[in-house]
This record gives sequence, C-alpha cells and structure tokens, in this order.
Amino acid sequence: MTLNNKETLLEVKNLRVEFGNKNKNFVAVNDVSFDIYKGETFGLVGESGSGKTTIGRAIIRINPAASGEIIYKGQKISGKISRDQDKELTRKIQMIFQDPMASLNERAKVDYIVSEGLYNLKNYGTEENRKKMVEQALLDVGLLPEFASRFPHEFSGGQRQRIGIARALIMEPELVIADEPISALDVSIRAQVINLLAALQKKKGLTYLFVAHDLSVVRFISDRIAVIHKGKIVELAETEILFANPMHPYTKSLLSAIPTPNPRVERNKKIEVYDPGKYHYDYDKNPPEWVEAEPGHFVLANERELKEYKSK
Amino acid sequence: MAQRSIEEIMNSEVILSVEDLVIKFNLRGQELTAIRGASLDLRKGESLAIVGESGSGKSVFNKSFMGLLDGNGRIESGSIIYKGNDLAKYKTEDDWVKIRGKEIAMVFQDPMTSLNPLKTVGKQVQESIELHQNLKGEAAKKLTIEILNDVGISDPERRYKQYPHEFSGGMRQRVVIAIAVACNPNILICDEPTTALDVTIQAQILQLLKNLQDKYDLTIIYITHDLGVVANVADRIAVMYAGDIIELGSAEEVFFDPKHPYTWALLSSLPQLGIKGEDLYSIKGTPPNLFKEIKGDAFAPRNPHALKIDFVERPPYFEVSPTHKARTWLLDPRAPKVEPPLLIKKMQEMELKRGDDIE
Repeated sequence: MTLNNKETLLEVKNLRVEFGNKNKNFVAVNDVSFDIYKGETFGLVGESGSGKTTIGRAIIRINPAASGEIIYKGQKISGKISRDQDKELTRKIQMIFQDPMASLNERAKVDYIVSEGLYNLKNYGTEENRKKMVEQALLDVGLLPEFASRFPHEFSGGQRQRIGIARALIMEPELVIADEPISALDVSIRAQVINLLAALQKKKGLTYLFVAHDLSVVRFISDRIAVIHKGKIVELAETEILFANPMHPYTKSLLSAIPTPNPRVERNKKIEVYDPGKYHYDYDKNPPEWVEAEPGHFVLANERELKEYKSK
Repeated sequence: MAQRSIEEIMNSEVILSVEDLVIKFNLRGQELTAIRGASLDLRKGESLAIVGESGSGKSVFNKSFMGLLDGNGRIESGSIIYKGNDLAKYKTEDDWVKIRGKEIAMVFQDPMTSLNPLKTVGKQVQESIELHQNLKGEAAKKLTIEILNDVGISDPERRYKQYPHEFSGGMRQRVVIAIAVACNPNILICDEPTTALDVTIQAQILQLLKNLQDKYDLTIIYITHDLGVVANVADRIAVMYAGDIIELGSAEEVFFDPKHPYTWALLSSLPQLGIKGEDLYSIKGTPPNLFKEIKGDAFAPRNPHALKIDFVERPPYFEVSPTHKARTWLLDPRAPKVEPPLLIKKMQEMELKRGDDIE
C-alpha cells in the first residue's frame, strides 16, 4: 500500500509499562512512541523479553500503562475509560495469539470459540444471525462451515490458527494485533497463513500490528518496522529503508543474524554482535533521544551517534 | 574452520547405516506407518540435516537410533547398522544403555523443559560424565567445569552451583548441549536445537555446535524444519516427506539444484523468496494419511507436475550425481521434461550472479 495519504489510526505516546510492585519493579516498556496508519501492517520486532508483546497487550488494554498515552482515532484509550467506549474498543481492536495449540478452549466447540466475543457484547441480534456470522467467519478464513460443531483437537496447527483468526474477525475489527501468529507453524502452513492474513487485509481494510521475532517474515508482510530492544524502540522506518540503511547497531546485529536460504552465504556470514557498552559509551553524559534521521526514519541516538549514522 | 568438501565426506567411513527401515505405531486400534522404508548412510564427521514438516517422521526416524520410540511403536523391518551391530534388533533396555549417551547422544528442542529444575546445572552435567566416562568426585567436577567452559558458559565455577531457572534460554540450551557432549558420544542428534531461541542466540548456538564438532570429532544430525539453519550448518541434506527420504544431496545440490517437486515446493514457500504484495507460494492440500497404505509417490496428490505413474508405482531413487539422489519419476529418462518452478530458477540465477560478483 502507499502511505501518501496516511491517516493515523493509533498513536502511542511515551508509553511506559511496569510490572511488580514498589519494592521489586520491572520496566518492560520504557518511553515508547509510534503511530500506526490506517490500512498498513506495522511490524514490531525484538528478541524475547524485549517488551514487544507487552506493547501489544497494553494497546488491547490487558496490561495497564504506567504512564504515557495510547490514542485510538483521536480518543485516549489508556487509563480509565467509559463502559461504552470499552465495549466499542473490544470490538474494534482484536488479537491473534501465537500458539494455536494453547489459545483455543479445548472443551468448547468451534461454534462457541468463534462466537465468544459476540456473546460478551450481545450484539448479534438473533441466534440465527449469530450462526450466519460464524459461518461467514469460517468461510473467510478458508474453513468449512460444518467445522463449527467440532472440537479444537480435531484440527491441525494451521487450521487451529485459522480458527483463532476467525474469532478475531467475527468482531469486525479495524485493528488486529497479531502476536507471533505464525512462529509455531511449519514452513508450508506458515505461507498459507501469511497469504490469508494479507488477503483479509485487502478485503476488509484491516490494519495490523504484527509482533514477531522472525525478520524474514516481518520483512515480507510489513509496510513499516519498529525494532525494540530492552523495552525501548531503537529504530523505526519503512521496511525496505530499514533493510537498506539500518542505523542503530542493534538493528544491524539483528539483520546480520537473519538466516538466508543459501549455504554458501550462510557459511561465510559474520554476525555483528551488539555490545551496548562499545557503541553507547557516552550515554551518561549525552543521553540518546528519539530523532528523525531522515524523513520517516527514526532512530534512538545522541548527537554524536546521529552524526555518525548520517555520514555513512 | 573450513567446511569439509563433499568429496571428503563421501570418502569417510559410514558410521551409521540405515536400510529400508519401516516403523509402525498402533494408535486407537489402527496401524500407522510412520517410516516407510527409509535408507540413509551417515558418514563420519559430517553434518547431516534432516528437513521435513511436522509429521514427516524426522523425529521418529532419529529416535529409533536410540531406542526411544514410544511404547506403541516398533521397528517392523529393516536394519540400523552401527559398529557392526544391528540396532533394529535391540529389545531390552540393557542393550540400549550401551548405545545411549556413550555412542549416540541427543540435544532436545526446548531447553526450558529438558533440564531438571531441582538439580544444579553442574550436577546435571557431571551426572553424564560419571555415568559415561568413569570419573568420580573431583576429577569429574574438573571435567564438568571444563565442558561448561567449552560450551561458552562464562565463570563456570560459579555457574556450576546454579539452578536452571537462573539461566536464560540460550544459556540453558548450552547446558543441554554440555550434557550431551559430556557423554563423549560419536554421533550427536540435535532435534530442532534452535527453534525455541531468538535469531541472535540461534546463530551463536549454531556456531557453538560447529566448534564442538571440531573439538570432539562429532558426527552431527540436525533435525529441523528451518531451512536457514540448514543452510548454515549442513554438509548434506536429507528431505523427508511422509516417512521417507525423498531427496538427499550436498547442501549446494539441494538448495541450488533440487529435483523433487516437494523440495521445490518447500524452498518456494520461504518468505525470503516472496515478492511483496503477491501471495507467498504455498503447498496445496495436506500431507497423506499415514494410517492408509500409500500408493505411488506420497507427494503426488499435491504435486502439480505429477505423472500418471506417480499414482501407481513408488518411484525408486534416481541418481543425479554420485552425491545426489531423489525419489521422483521426473528423473526417469522416459519422463517428460519438467522445468523447476520460477522461484527455484530465480534462486539459481541469483546464486550464479552472486558467484560472478565475487570472482
């Protein structure tokens, strides 16, 4: 998609998420800001423990924000909100989870799993109408309507992930947070699910926040990518710009580690190790800021580093 | 160190020879054929990657070398020759104890679940040293610390006394590897050794395994579905589908000159080869039901290039080169000439171009 006439759907401003209590405090997300435009796929990449999932969960209001704001279509959605707004957001922002083996209720039939969101909001009208909606949702994700009467254990991993997608779609969301939706799947099934997500985006005009650690997949589907390290976003740019001109040393080390399907390249590849001490030695005197190094390309850097990044 | 050339590998002795192995499981009163007549010669000192999707039988195949099949599984026919003994005939635990660890050791997939949370890391590594290397007390401890150091755990004296929960995922995988190496095995089987890890850590672990291979003179089998890992470590690649090895060749041959339509499909579905805005290639249909007898080429129903004979008779191996063979009728001289799909050609061209650039 082109980002020329971009309309901001979601704004995250100086978001901070903490876990624990006063005595034992852990800052999972620290001063993170980014915008997501309507209709785009925004990739959020980082290693485990970097806080990428926590950001997704803060947006869907599972983890409360300690400070900072999350703004959806011009309205603040972090902190206290009215009950009506809560219902509205529950419908409009939906989530797809990582492990399709663990995220479906084993004791419920597909019909119930897919309708659970509808039951909560009681917005489906008649029972007949609900059945129709379930049928349509299953068809949308490439499953047969008769699967509604079956249990999750009767399905393969790829099919289960489709059920997970169907239950998000039935709510007719605008923003879908996909948390590692394909990392538990096999290569060939992975391709099917990626294609499905792309097709649904086109058909329904969805916006995705795609959380993942696999950069080769993220590169393929994302319009823009943010790289997160230890709770801070270190770099954000359009996908191909990020790959062509990575600035932050952590981004470089991540990119260097992407596996290539080529034995000759792979055997000779050098991995750049990210050592914060080596690169950011003057941060105590000269702390980094979130700056726009070139149009649309943001990086966390201090003045010295920014100069170095730009001169390359 | 330099990767061994394929000639060197083919000249090394065969350390493990599997022939026509058939493994069946009894499940809910039905019989499932998990391995359907697979054969493989493992050569000393090589890194062989076995690639396949879940359910292709790659784990079952390897578990059978260590007598680790589940209770309802059995080797129906075929042989697994290791040092002149047929492991397929082994029945009792006493037999297997001589093989497990000492001769063939295994690194499991998930480091979060494969360590004992109630024992210190040092004790867990030391256990396998005491069991397999006839050392006790201080001597065993000394070697443990040496091995911990070898697998890249810094400050091993202090780490020796710590419990698994004090280690990160990557460090735990190092401990799991230390336990396997401490058995002083000839063959190391790594079952998805990096799937549960981050990309940066993944690269480190693969490097570690390569270093250990040199130091301890190991022959390594990698079981994985991740073709990036395969490209990094493998000398040779065996592609498994529905319980059989359908293509076997050097890493270069399988990546740049694949012959079996399933290998084509598997490589084509890599996101690295995808074109933005277009659909990724995906394999239509589902793997065959292994409860039923499979006629012909197991991949035929999903294969757009399938010939008539693919549905009737199982293809034999056709030799592409002395090191490369594939089970597909397309290689029969009588078969019509089928060009590999565009993406595969694109990959070959990219590689040729890259080669020119280097020269």
